[in-house]
Amino acid sequence: MLMFAYLAATIGLVQGLKFMGEPARAKLGNLVAAVSVLVALVALVLATGWASLANLVLLLVLLGIGTVIGQIWSNRVAMTAMPQLVSIFNGLGGACAVVLGLNQVFGQGDLAGDKLAGTVLLLTNIFGAVAFTGSMVAYMKLDGRKLPRPSQSQKIAARVLLALTLAALAYYLVAPVDMGAFPQLMLAVSIVALLYGIYFALPIGGADMPVVISLLNAMSGVATLFAGLVFHDPVMIIGGILVGATGVILTLQMCVAMNRSLSGVLAGTFKGSGAAQADAEQELRSITAVETASLLAFSKQVAIVPGYGMAVAQAQRECFALQEMLRQQGVDLHFIIHPVAGRMPGHMNVLLAEANIPYASVKEMSEVNNTMEHYDTVLVIGANDVVNPAAENDPDSPIHGMPIIRAYKAKQVIVLKRSTAKGYSGAVNTLFDRQNCKVLFGDAKGSLEEVINELKRI
Amino acid sequence: MDMSYSITPIDGLFVLALSLLVGFEVIKNIPAVLHTPLMSGSNAISGIILFGGITQLLVTPITDIWTIAAASVAVVLGTINLAGGFFVTHRMLSMFVVKRKPAKETKG
Repeated sequence: MLMFAYLAATIGLVQGLKFMGEPARAKLGNLVAAVSVLVALVALVLATGWASLANLVLLLVLLGIGTVIGQIWSNRVAMTAMPQLVSIFNGLGGACAVVLGLNQVFGQGDLAGDKLAGTVLLLTNIFGAVAFTGSMVAYMKLDGRKLPRPSQSQKIAARVLLALTLAALAYYLVAPVDMGAFPQLMLAVSIVALLYGIYFALPIGGADMPVVISLLNAMSGVATLFAGLVFHDPVMIIGGILVGATGVILTLQMCVAMNRSLSGVLAGTFKGSGAAQADAEQELRSITAVETASLLAFSKQVAIVPGYGMAVAQAQRECFALQEMLRQQGVDLHFIIHPVAGRMPGHMNVLLAEANIPYASVKEMSEVNNTMEHYDTVLVIGANDVVNPAAENDPDSPIHGMPIIRAYKAKQVIVLKRSTAKGYSGAVNTLFDRQNCKVLFGDAKGSLEEVINELKRI
Repeated sequence: MDMSYSITPIDGLFVLALSLLVGFEVIKNIPAVLHTPLMSGSNAISGIILFGGITQLLVTPITDIWTIAAASVAVVLGTINLAGGFFVTHRMLSMFVVKRKPAKETKG
Protein backbone atom coordinates (compact mmCIF):
# COMPACT_ATOMS: atom_id res chain seq x y z
CA MET A 1 0.00 0.00 0.00
CA LEU A 2 2.65 2.48 1.05
CA MET A 3 4.72 1.66 -1.98
CA PHE A 4 1.75 2.63 -4.10
CA ALA A 5 1.22 5.84 -2.19
CA TYR A 6 4.84 6.70 -2.84
CA LEU A 7 4.53 5.82 -6.49
CA ALA A 8 1.42 7.97 -6.82
CA ALA A 9 3.16 10.86 -5.11
CA THR A 10 6.12 10.57 -7.45
CA ILE A 11 3.94 10.60 -10.54
CA GLY A 12 2.00 13.50 -9.07
CA LEU A 13 5.16 15.53 -8.54
CA VAL A 14 6.34 15.08 -12.11
CA GLN A 15 2.89 15.76 -13.51
CA GLY A 16 2.39 18.76 -11.24
CA LEU A 17 5.61 20.32 -12.37
CA LYS A 18 4.71 19.65 -15.98
CA PHE A 19 1.38 21.42 -15.50
CA MET A 20 3.21 24.31 -13.88
CA GLY A 21 4.84 24.95 -17.22
CA GLU A 22 1.52 25.48 -19.00
CA PRO A 23 -0.26 28.78 -18.41
CA ALA A 24 -3.74 27.26 -18.35
CA ARG A 25 -2.95 24.49 -15.89
CA ALA A 26 -0.21 26.04 -13.79
CA LYS A 27 -2.43 26.58 -10.76
CA LEU A 28 -3.69 23.02 -10.93
CA GLY A 29 -0.08 21.85 -11.22
CA ASN A 30 0.84 23.59 -8.00
CA LEU A 31 -2.07 21.91 -6.20
CA VAL A 32 -1.20 18.51 -7.64
CA ALA A 33 2.40 18.90 -6.47
CA ALA A 34 1.31 20.02 -3.00
CA VAL A 35 -1.13 17.14 -2.59
CA SER A 36 1.48 14.67 -3.82
CA VAL A 37 3.92 15.85 -1.20
CA LEU A 38 1.23 15.53 1.45
CA VAL A 39 0.42 11.97 0.37
CA ALA A 40 4.10 11.04 0.43
CA LEU A 41 4.45 12.64 3.85
CA VAL A 42 1.61 10.63 5.36
CA ALA A 43 2.94 7.47 3.76
CA LEU A 44 6.39 8.18 5.14
CA VAL A 45 5.09 8.69 8.67
CA LEU A 46 3.00 5.51 8.55
CA ALA A 47 5.86 3.48 7.11
CA THR A 48 8.46 4.77 9.54
CA GLY A 49 6.29 4.34 12.62
CA TRP A 50 7.13 6.20 15.79
CA ALA A 51 9.36 5.46 18.76
CA SER A 52 6.70 6.77 21.13
CA LEU A 53 3.47 8.69 20.85
CA ALA A 54 5.31 11.79 22.01
CA ASN A 55 7.43 11.70 18.84
CA LEU A 56 4.34 11.70 16.68
CA VAL A 57 2.67 14.49 18.61
CA LEU A 58 5.83 16.57 18.48
CA LEU A 59 6.09 16.02 14.73
CA LEU A 60 2.52 17.12 14.12
CA VAL A 61 2.98 20.22 16.25
CA LEU A 62 6.16 21.18 14.40
CA LEU A 63 4.56 20.62 11.01
CA GLY A 64 1.70 22.86 12.13
CA ILE A 65 4.05 25.61 13.28
CA GLY A 66 6.02 25.54 10.04
CA THR A 67 2.88 25.61 7.93
CA VAL A 68 1.42 28.55 9.81
CA ILE A 69 4.66 30.54 9.58
CA GLY A 70 4.92 29.75 5.88
CA GLN A 71 1.36 30.80 5.23
CA ILE A 72 1.67 34.05 7.14
CA TRP A 73 4.86 35.02 5.33
CA SER A 74 3.54 34.16 1.92
CA ASN A 75 0.36 36.16 2.47
CA ARG A 76 1.98 39.23 3.95
CA VAL A 77 4.70 39.87 1.44
CA ALA A 78 4.13 42.39 -1.35
CA MET A 79 4.40 41.10 -4.89
CA THR A 80 7.31 43.43 -5.53
CA ALA A 81 9.19 41.63 -2.75
CA MET A 82 8.64 38.21 -4.30
CA PRO A 83 12.30 37.59 -5.19
CA GLN A 84 13.23 38.21 -1.55
CA LEU A 85 10.67 35.74 -0.26
CA VAL A 86 11.67 33.02 -2.69
CA SER A 87 15.28 33.54 -1.61
CA ILE A 88 14.40 33.22 2.05
CA PHE A 89 12.40 30.04 1.51
CA ASN A 90 15.21 28.63 -0.54
CA GLY A 91 17.70 29.50 2.17
CA LEU A 92 15.60 27.77 4.83
CA GLY A 93 15.57 24.60 2.74
CA GLY A 94 19.35 24.78 2.58
CA ALA A 95 19.61 25.34 6.33
CA CYS A 96 17.38 22.32 6.84
CA ALA A 97 19.85 20.22 4.83
CA VAL A 98 22.78 21.35 6.95
CA VAL A 99 21.01 20.62 10.23
CA LEU A 100 19.88 17.23 8.96
CA GLY A 101 23.32 16.22 7.80
CA LEU A 102 25.00 17.21 11.05
CA ASN A 103 22.30 15.56 13.09
CA GLN A 104 22.72 12.39 11.11
CA VAL A 105 26.43 12.08 11.91
CA PHE A 106 26.47 13.43 15.44
CA GLY A 107 23.24 11.82 16.55
CA GLN A 108 23.30 8.42 14.97
CA GLY A 109 26.88 7.79 13.93
CA ASP A 110 25.91 4.56 12.19
CA LEU A 111 28.08 5.08 9.16
CA ALA A 112 30.27 2.09 10.00
CA GLY A 113 32.99 2.94 7.54
CA ASP A 114 30.64 3.37 4.63
CA LYS A 115 32.55 5.76 2.43
CA LEU A 116 29.75 6.22 -0.06
CA ALA A 117 27.30 7.24 2.65
CA GLY A 118 29.86 9.64 4.06
CA THR A 119 30.46 11.24 0.68
CA VAL A 120 26.77 11.70 0.09
CA LEU A 121 26.37 13.28 3.52
CA LEU A 122 29.23 15.68 2.85
CA LEU A 123 27.70 16.65 -0.47
CA THR A 124 24.29 17.18 1.14
CA ASN A 125 25.81 19.62 3.56
CA ILE A 126 27.99 21.42 1.05
CA PHE A 127 25.09 22.12 -1.28
CA GLY A 128 22.72 22.89 1.57
CA ALA A 129 25.17 25.28 3.20
CA VAL A 130 25.89 27.22 0.02
CA ALA A 131 22.17 27.41 -0.77
CA PHE A 132 21.51 28.69 2.77
CA THR A 133 24.04 31.49 3.13
CA GLY A 134 24.02 32.33 -0.58
CA SER A 135 20.25 32.80 -0.50
CA MET A 136 20.46 34.92 2.62
CA VAL A 137 23.00 37.23 1.00
CA ALA A 138 20.85 37.34 -2.15
CA TYR A 139 17.87 38.22 0.03
CA MET A 140 19.75 41.08 1.67
CA LYS A 141 20.94 42.38 -1.70
CA LEU A 142 17.44 42.28 -3.13
CA ASP A 143 16.04 43.94 -0.06
CA GLY A 144 18.54 46.77 -0.37
CA ARG A 145 20.28 46.01 2.92
CA LYS A 146 23.73 47.42 3.52
CA LEU A 147 26.37 44.92 2.48
CA PRO A 148 30.06 45.23 1.71
CA ARG A 149 30.49 46.40 -1.87
CA PRO A 150 31.65 43.79 -4.39
CA SER A 151 35.41 43.63 -4.38
CA GLN A 152 38.29 41.61 -5.70
CA SER A 153 39.14 40.29 -2.24
CA GLN A 154 35.67 38.75 -1.93
CA LYS A 155 36.23 36.87 -5.17
CA ILE A 156 39.58 35.63 -3.92
CA ALA A 157 38.05 34.59 -0.60
CA ALA A 158 35.35 32.72 -2.50
CA ARG A 159 37.91 30.81 -4.54
CA VAL A 160 39.98 29.91 -1.49
CA LEU A 161 36.92 28.67 0.40
CA LEU A 162 35.74 26.64 -2.57
CA ALA A 163 39.19 25.11 -2.93
CA LEU A 164 39.19 24.24 0.78
CA THR A 165 35.81 22.56 0.49
CA LEU A 166 36.85 20.50 -2.51
CA ALA A 167 40.18 19.64 -0.89
CA ALA A 168 38.40 18.34 2.21
CA LEU A 169 36.11 16.26 0.04
CA ALA A 170 39.04 14.89 -1.94
CA TYR A 171 40.95 14.15 1.26
CA TYR A 172 38.03 12.21 2.61
CA LEU A 173 37.79 10.18 -0.59
CA VAL A 174 41.44 9.11 -0.63
CA ALA A 175 42.23 8.98 3.08
CA PRO A 176 42.19 5.65 4.92
CA VAL A 177 38.85 4.95 6.55
CA ASP A 178 38.73 6.45 10.00
CA MET A 179 35.13 7.15 10.72
CA GLY A 180 35.90 8.27 14.26
CA ALA A 181 36.76 11.77 13.08
CA PHE A 182 34.01 11.96 10.50
CA PRO A 183 31.62 14.14 12.51
CA GLN A 184 34.39 16.71 13.02
CA LEU A 185 35.25 16.67 9.33
CA MET A 186 31.59 17.11 8.49
CA LEU A 187 31.30 20.07 10.85
CA ALA A 188 34.42 21.73 9.44
CA VAL A 189 33.30 21.24 5.86
CA SER A 190 29.85 22.63 6.68
CA ILE A 191 31.33 25.76 8.21
CA VAL A 192 33.65 26.35 5.25
CA ALA A 193 30.77 25.80 2.83
CA LEU A 194 28.59 28.24 4.78
CA LEU A 195 31.32 30.87 4.45
CA TYR A 196 31.74 30.04 0.78
CA GLY A 197 28.04 30.68 0.21
CA ILE A 198 28.45 34.20 1.58
CA TYR A 199 31.47 35.04 -0.56
CA PHE A 200 29.91 33.33 -3.56
CA ALA A 201 26.92 35.67 -3.55
CA LEU A 202 28.51 38.91 -2.30
CA PRO A 203 30.40 39.98 -5.43
CA ILE A 204 27.49 39.39 -7.81
CA GLY A 205 25.74 42.50 -9.05
CA GLY A 206 22.05 43.33 -8.82
CA ALA A 207 21.03 42.78 -12.44
CA ASP A 208 22.66 39.35 -12.45
CA MET A 209 20.34 38.24 -9.67
CA PRO A 210 18.02 36.20 -11.93
CA VAL A 211 20.96 33.92 -12.67
CA VAL A 212 22.06 33.64 -9.06
CA ILE A 213 18.59 32.95 -7.70
CA SER A 214 18.01 30.21 -10.26
CA LEU A 215 21.38 28.71 -9.45
CA LEU A 216 20.81 28.73 -5.69
CA ASN A 217 17.43 27.14 -6.32
CA ALA A 218 19.16 24.37 -8.24
CA MET A 219 21.60 23.90 -5.36
CA SER A 220 18.92 23.37 -2.76
CA GLY A 221 17.40 20.85 -5.16
CA VAL A 222 20.69 19.01 -5.38
CA ALA A 223 20.96 19.08 -1.58
CA THR A 224 17.53 17.45 -1.41
CA LEU A 225 18.65 14.87 -3.94
CA PHE A 226 21.70 13.90 -1.87
CA ALA A 227 19.65 13.85 1.30
CA GLY A 228 17.32 11.49 -0.54
CA LEU A 229 20.27 9.17 -1.13
CA VAL A 230 21.18 9.39 2.57
CA PHE A 231 17.66 8.48 3.67
CA HIS A 232 17.04 6.06 0.79
CA ASP A 233 13.92 7.98 -0.08
CA PRO A 234 12.85 7.95 -3.75
CA VAL A 235 10.48 10.90 -3.47
CA MET A 236 13.27 13.09 -2.12
CA ILE A 237 15.57 11.97 -4.92
CA ILE A 238 13.06 12.66 -7.66
CA GLY A 239 11.86 15.91 -6.14
CA GLY A 240 15.43 17.07 -5.71
CA ILE A 241 16.27 16.29 -9.31
CA LEU A 242 13.20 18.09 -10.63
CA VAL A 243 14.16 21.17 -8.66
CA GLY A 244 17.78 20.88 -9.73
CA ALA A 245 16.79 20.53 -13.37
CA THR A 246 14.44 23.52 -13.19
CA GLY A 247 17.15 25.62 -11.61
CA VAL A 248 19.81 24.60 -14.10
CA ILE A 249 17.56 25.19 -17.12
CA LEU A 250 16.47 28.61 -15.90
CA THR A 251 20.06 29.53 -15.04
CA LEU A 252 21.24 28.70 -18.54
CA GLN A 253 18.28 30.49 -20.15
CA MET A 254 19.09 33.62 -18.17
CA CYS A 255 22.74 33.44 -19.20
CA VAL A 256 21.78 33.06 -22.86
CA ALA A 257 19.41 36.02 -22.55
CA MET A 258 22.33 38.16 -21.41
CA ASN A 259 24.86 36.60 -23.76
CA ARG A 260 27.12 35.99 -20.81
CA SER A 261 28.78 32.84 -19.61
CA LEU A 262 27.81 31.44 -16.25
CA SER A 263 31.39 31.81 -15.05
CA GLY A 264 31.34 35.44 -16.20
CA VAL A 265 28.26 36.13 -14.14
CA LEU A 266 29.71 34.39 -11.10
CA ALA A 267 32.96 36.27 -11.44
CA GLY A 268 30.99 39.50 -11.71
CA THR A 269 32.84 40.64 -14.78
CA PHE A 270 31.83 42.30 -18.01
CA LYS A 271 34.15 41.87 -20.91
CA GLY A 272 36.09 44.88 -22.10
CA SER A 273 34.40 47.47 -19.93
CA GLY A 274 37.31 49.76 -20.64
CA ALA A 275 37.84 53.32 -19.51
CA ALA A 276 37.06 54.61 -23.00
CA GLN A 277 33.43 53.79 -22.29
CA ALA A 278 33.29 55.82 -19.18
CA ASP A 279 32.72 59.48 -19.69
CA ALA A 280 31.54 60.37 -23.12
CA GLU A 281 29.03 63.07 -22.27
CA GLN A 282 25.71 62.41 -23.95
CA GLU A 283 23.22 65.01 -24.93
CA LEU A 284 19.73 63.91 -23.98
CA ARG A 285 16.66 65.34 -25.67
CA SER A 286 14.04 65.77 -23.00
CA ILE A 287 10.28 65.73 -23.39
CA THR A 288 7.48 66.87 -21.08
CA ALA A 289 4.57 64.82 -19.79
CA VAL A 290 2.18 66.98 -21.83
CA GLU A 291 4.03 66.26 -25.05
CA THR A 292 4.23 62.58 -24.17
CA ALA A 293 0.48 62.44 -23.65
CA SER A 294 -0.29 63.98 -27.02
CA LEU A 295 2.20 61.68 -28.73
CA LEU A 296 0.47 58.71 -27.15
CA ALA A 297 -2.97 59.99 -28.10
CA PHE A 298 -1.94 60.21 -31.74
CA SER A 299 -0.43 56.73 -31.79
CA LYS A 300 -2.14 53.55 -32.90
CA GLN A 301 0.25 51.01 -31.40
CA VAL A 302 2.10 51.74 -28.18
CA ALA A 303 4.44 49.51 -26.19
CA ILE A 304 5.93 49.70 -22.72
CA VAL A 305 9.30 48.09 -22.01
CA PRO A 306 9.46 47.65 -18.24
CA GLY A 307 12.60 47.02 -16.21
CA TYR A 308 13.65 46.78 -12.59
CA GLY A 309 13.10 50.53 -12.27
CA MET A 310 9.37 49.96 -12.71
CA ALA A 311 9.37 47.59 -9.75
CA VAL A 312 11.32 50.06 -7.64
CA ALA A 313 8.96 52.90 -8.50
CA GLN A 314 5.95 50.57 -7.95
CA ALA A 315 4.57 51.92 -11.20
CA GLN A 316 2.77 48.77 -12.43
CA ARG A 317 -0.69 50.04 -11.47
CA GLU A 318 -0.11 53.27 -13.34
CA CYS A 319 0.87 51.16 -16.34
CA PHE A 320 -2.49 49.43 -16.12
CA ALA A 321 -4.30 52.74 -15.77
CA LEU A 322 -2.48 54.05 -18.82
CA GLN A 323 -3.43 50.97 -20.77
CA GLU A 324 -7.11 51.37 -19.85
CA MET A 325 -7.02 55.05 -20.69
CA LEU A 326 -5.45 54.46 -24.08
CA ARG A 327 -7.80 51.61 -24.86
CA GLN A 328 -10.76 53.91 -24.43
CA GLN A 329 -9.16 56.17 -27.01
CA GLY A 330 -8.62 53.32 -29.44
CA VAL A 331 -4.89 52.96 -28.82
CA ASP A 332 -3.47 49.48 -28.32
CA LEU A 333 -0.80 49.13 -25.63
CA HIS A 334 1.51 46.12 -25.36
CA PHE A 335 4.11 45.26 -22.77
CA ILE A 336 7.36 43.83 -24.07
CA ILE A 337 9.42 41.89 -21.58
CA HIS A 338 13.08 41.05 -21.81
CA PRO A 339 13.94 37.63 -20.35
CA VAL A 340 16.22 39.10 -17.69
CA ALA A 341 14.23 42.21 -16.83
CA GLY A 342 13.92 42.51 -13.06
CA ARG A 343 15.53 40.54 -10.32
CA MET A 344 14.28 37.02 -10.87
CA PRO A 345 13.17 35.08 -13.93
CA GLY A 346 9.70 36.27 -14.91
CA HIS A 347 9.70 39.05 -12.30
CA MET A 348 8.01 41.60 -14.59
CA ASN A 349 5.27 39.17 -15.61
CA VAL A 350 4.27 38.71 -11.98
CA LEU A 351 4.13 42.44 -11.31
CA LEU A 352 2.05 43.12 -14.41
CA ALA A 353 -0.30 40.29 -13.55
CA GLU A 354 -0.70 41.72 -10.06
CA ALA A 355 -1.78 45.02 -11.62
CA ASN A 356 -4.49 43.16 -13.61
CA ILE A 357 -2.80 43.69 -16.94
CA PRO A 358 -4.25 41.08 -19.32
CA TYR A 359 -1.95 38.24 -20.22
CA ALA A 360 -2.67 38.71 -23.94
CA SER A 361 -1.11 42.16 -24.06
CA VAL A 362 2.16 41.00 -22.50
CA LYS A 363 4.65 40.01 -25.20
CA GLU A 364 7.96 38.24 -24.96
CA MET A 365 10.91 39.88 -26.64
CA SER A 366 11.20 37.22 -29.35
CA GLU A 367 7.52 37.57 -30.32
CA VAL A 368 7.70 41.17 -31.42
CA ASN A 369 11.34 41.98 -32.00
CA ASN A 370 11.16 41.63 -35.77
CA THR A 371 8.14 43.89 -36.05
CA MET A 372 9.15 46.70 -33.73
CA GLU A 373 8.70 49.32 -36.45
CA HIS A 374 4.94 48.82 -36.16
CA TYR A 375 4.98 50.59 -32.81
CA ASP A 376 4.34 54.31 -33.04
CA THR A 377 5.56 55.01 -29.54
CA VAL A 378 7.59 52.90 -27.11
CA LEU A 379 7.85 53.88 -23.47
CA VAL A 380 10.89 52.49 -21.68
CA ILE A 381 10.24 52.41 -17.94
CA GLY A 382 13.18 51.71 -15.65
CA ALA A 383 15.06 49.62 -18.19
CA ASN A 384 18.37 50.51 -19.76
CA ASP A 385 20.79 47.86 -20.95
CA VAL A 386 18.03 45.72 -22.47
CA VAL A 387 17.20 48.43 -25.04
CA ASN A 388 20.75 49.59 -25.73
CA PRO A 389 21.45 49.32 -29.49
CA ALA A 390 25.18 49.21 -28.73
CA ALA A 391 24.62 45.55 -27.91
CA GLU A 392 23.95 45.01 -31.61
CA ASN A 393 26.34 47.35 -33.37
CA ASP A 394 29.22 48.31 -31.08
CA PRO A 395 31.73 45.48 -30.67
CA ASP A 396 33.50 47.48 -27.94
CA SER A 397 30.45 47.75 -25.72
CA PRO A 398 30.52 45.59 -22.59
CA ILE A 399 27.10 44.24 -23.48
CA HIS A 400 27.89 43.55 -27.13
CA GLY A 401 26.07 40.42 -28.31
CA MET A 402 23.32 40.50 -25.70
CA PRO A 403 19.91 40.13 -27.33
CA ILE A 404 17.98 43.39 -26.85
CA ILE A 405 14.48 44.66 -27.41
CA ARG A 406 14.80 46.76 -30.57
CA ALA A 407 12.97 49.76 -29.16
CA TYR A 408 15.07 52.03 -31.38
CA LYS A 409 13.18 50.74 -34.43
CA ALA A 410 9.91 52.24 -33.21
CA LYS A 411 8.86 55.58 -34.64
CA GLN A 412 9.31 57.30 -31.29
CA VAL A 413 10.99 56.13 -28.10
CA ILE A 414 10.43 57.82 -24.77
CA VAL A 415 12.62 56.76 -21.86
CA LEU A 416 11.30 57.47 -18.39
CA LYS A 417 14.35 58.18 -16.29
CA ARG A 418 15.06 59.50 -12.87
CA SER A 419 18.60 60.63 -13.62
CA THR A 420 21.24 60.44 -16.29
CA ALA A 421 22.86 57.39 -14.67
CA LYS A 422 23.96 54.46 -16.77
CA GLY A 423 22.56 50.95 -16.62
CA TYR A 424 23.91 48.07 -14.58
CA SER A 425 26.62 47.18 -17.09
CA GLY A 426 27.96 50.72 -17.10
CA ALA A 427 27.70 50.75 -20.89
CA VAL A 428 26.88 53.99 -22.66
CA ASN A 429 23.35 53.67 -23.98
CA THR A 430 23.51 54.72 -27.61
CA LEU A 431 19.72 54.72 -27.76
CA PHE A 432 19.86 58.31 -26.51
CA ASP A 433 21.93 59.32 -29.55
CA ARG A 434 19.10 58.38 -31.87
CA GLN A 435 16.91 61.09 -33.31
CA ASN A 436 13.71 59.26 -32.36
CA CYS A 437 14.59 58.99 -28.66
CA LYS A 438 13.51 61.43 -25.99
CA VAL A 439 13.76 61.36 -22.22
CA LEU A 440 10.97 62.10 -19.77
CA PHE A 441 12.77 62.92 -16.54
CA GLY A 442 11.29 62.13 -13.16
CA ASP A 443 10.05 59.28 -11.01
CA ALA A 444 8.30 56.72 -13.23
CA LYS A 445 5.17 56.59 -11.12
CA GLY A 446 4.81 60.36 -10.95
CA SER A 447 5.53 60.82 -14.65
CA LEU A 448 2.95 58.22 -15.61
CA GLU A 449 0.34 59.86 -13.39
CA GLU A 450 0.99 63.19 -15.09
CA VAL A 451 0.68 61.61 -18.52
CA ILE A 452 -2.58 59.93 -17.53
CA ASN A 453 -4.04 63.17 -16.18
CA GLU A 454 -3.01 64.91 -19.36
CA LEU A 455 -4.69 62.22 -21.45
CA LYS A 456 -7.90 62.71 -19.51
CA ARG A 457 -7.93 66.31 -20.59
CA ILE A 458 -7.39 65.62 -24.27
CA MET B 1 2.55 -6.95 5.02
CA ASP B 2 5.79 -5.55 3.76
CA MET B 3 5.94 -1.99 5.00
CA SER B 4 9.29 -1.20 3.47
CA TYR B 5 9.57 1.39 0.74
CA SER B 6 13.24 2.25 1.07
CA ILE B 7 15.68 1.61 -1.73
CA THR B 8 19.26 0.42 -2.10
CA PRO B 9 22.05 2.73 -3.30
CA ILE B 10 22.00 1.06 -6.72
CA ASP B 11 18.25 1.62 -6.98
CA GLY B 12 19.01 5.19 -6.01
CA LEU B 13 21.39 5.60 -8.93
CA PHE B 14 18.78 4.22 -11.32
CA VAL B 15 16.18 6.59 -9.97
CA LEU B 16 18.70 9.39 -10.21
CA ALA B 17 19.63 8.78 -13.83
CA LEU B 18 16.08 8.29 -15.05
CA SER B 19 14.56 11.20 -13.20
CA LEU B 20 17.33 13.44 -14.45
CA LEU B 21 16.15 12.72 -17.98
CA VAL B 22 12.53 13.15 -17.00
CA GLY B 23 13.31 16.39 -15.18
CA PHE B 24 14.92 18.10 -18.14
CA GLU B 25 12.27 16.80 -20.49
CA VAL B 26 9.40 18.06 -18.36
CA ILE B 27 10.77 21.50 -17.72
CA LYS B 28 12.29 22.71 -20.95
CA ASN B 29 10.39 25.24 -23.10
CA ILE B 30 8.53 26.98 -20.34
CA PRO B 31 7.11 30.40 -21.31
CA ALA B 32 8.73 33.35 -19.56
CA VAL B 33 5.45 34.34 -17.97
CA LEU B 34 5.67 31.24 -15.76
CA HIS B 35 9.32 31.47 -14.77
CA THR B 36 8.72 33.02 -11.38
CA PRO B 37 5.89 30.70 -10.34
CA LEU B 38 7.82 27.71 -11.62
CA MET B 39 10.84 28.66 -9.59
CA SER B 40 8.79 29.34 -6.53
CA GLY B 41 6.93 26.04 -6.99
CA SER B 42 10.06 24.00 -7.52
CA ASN B 43 11.57 25.78 -4.55
CA ALA B 44 8.64 24.53 -2.52
CA ILE B 45 9.28 20.99 -3.72
CA SER B 46 12.88 21.18 -2.54
CA GLY B 47 11.31 21.59 0.89
CA ILE B 48 10.65 17.83 0.91
CA ILE B 49 14.13 17.63 2.35
CA LEU B 50 12.11 17.86 5.53
CA PHE B 51 11.31 14.15 5.05
CA GLY B 52 14.79 13.47 6.38
CA GLY B 53 13.94 15.46 9.47
CA ILE B 54 10.68 13.56 9.89
CA THR B 55 12.52 10.25 9.78
CA GLN B 56 15.03 11.42 12.37
CA LEU B 57 12.31 12.82 14.58
CA LEU B 58 10.19 9.67 14.50
CA VAL B 59 12.85 7.02 15.07
CA THR B 60 14.93 8.76 17.74
CA PRO B 61 13.91 8.04 21.34
CA ILE B 62 12.28 11.19 22.69
CA THR B 63 14.76 11.21 25.58
CA ASP B 64 17.64 11.85 23.22
CA ILE B 65 17.17 15.58 23.63
CA TRP B 66 19.84 16.93 21.29
CA THR B 67 19.03 14.75 18.32
CA ILE B 68 15.33 15.44 18.77
CA ALA B 69 15.96 19.18 19.07
CA ALA B 70 18.06 19.31 15.93
CA ALA B 71 15.55 17.22 14.02
CA SER B 72 12.80 19.55 15.22
CA VAL B 73 14.65 22.56 13.89
CA ALA B 74 15.11 20.80 10.55
CA VAL B 75 11.42 19.90 10.39
CA VAL B 76 10.28 23.47 11.07
CA LEU B 77 12.72 24.97 8.55
CA GLY B 78 11.74 22.45 5.92
CA THR B 79 8.02 22.91 6.55
CA ILE B 80 8.27 26.67 6.16
CA ASN B 81 10.06 26.14 2.85
CA LEU B 82 7.54 23.57 1.69
CA ALA B 83 4.25 25.05 2.84
CA GLY B 84 5.25 28.69 2.33
CA GLY B 85 6.48 27.88 -1.15
CA PHE B 86 3.23 26.24 -2.20
CA PHE B 87 1.13 29.03 -0.67
CA VAL B 88 3.04 31.79 -2.35
CA THR B 89 3.04 29.99 -5.70
CA HIS B 90 -0.71 29.60 -5.42
CA ARG B 91 -1.08 33.28 -4.65
CA MET B 92 1.05 34.23 -7.62
CA LEU B 93 -0.75 31.94 -10.03
CA SER B 94 -4.12 33.22 -8.84
CA MET B 95 -3.15 36.57 -10.30
CA PHE B 96 -2.57 35.08 -13.72
CA VAL B 97 -6.20 34.07 -14.08
CA VAL B 98 -7.79 35.99 -16.93
CA LYS B 99 -9.75 38.67 -15.16
CA ARG B 100 -10.99 40.98 -17.85
CA LYS B 101 -14.79 40.89 -17.94
CA PRO B 102 -16.50 41.97 -21.17
CA ALA B 103 -19.21 43.86 -19.26
CA LYS B 104 -16.63 46.24 -17.89
CA GLU B 105 -15.38 47.23 -21.31
CA THR B 106 -18.60 48.75 -22.58
CA LYS B 107 -18.63 51.29 -19.80
CA GLY B 108 -18.21 54.91 -20.88
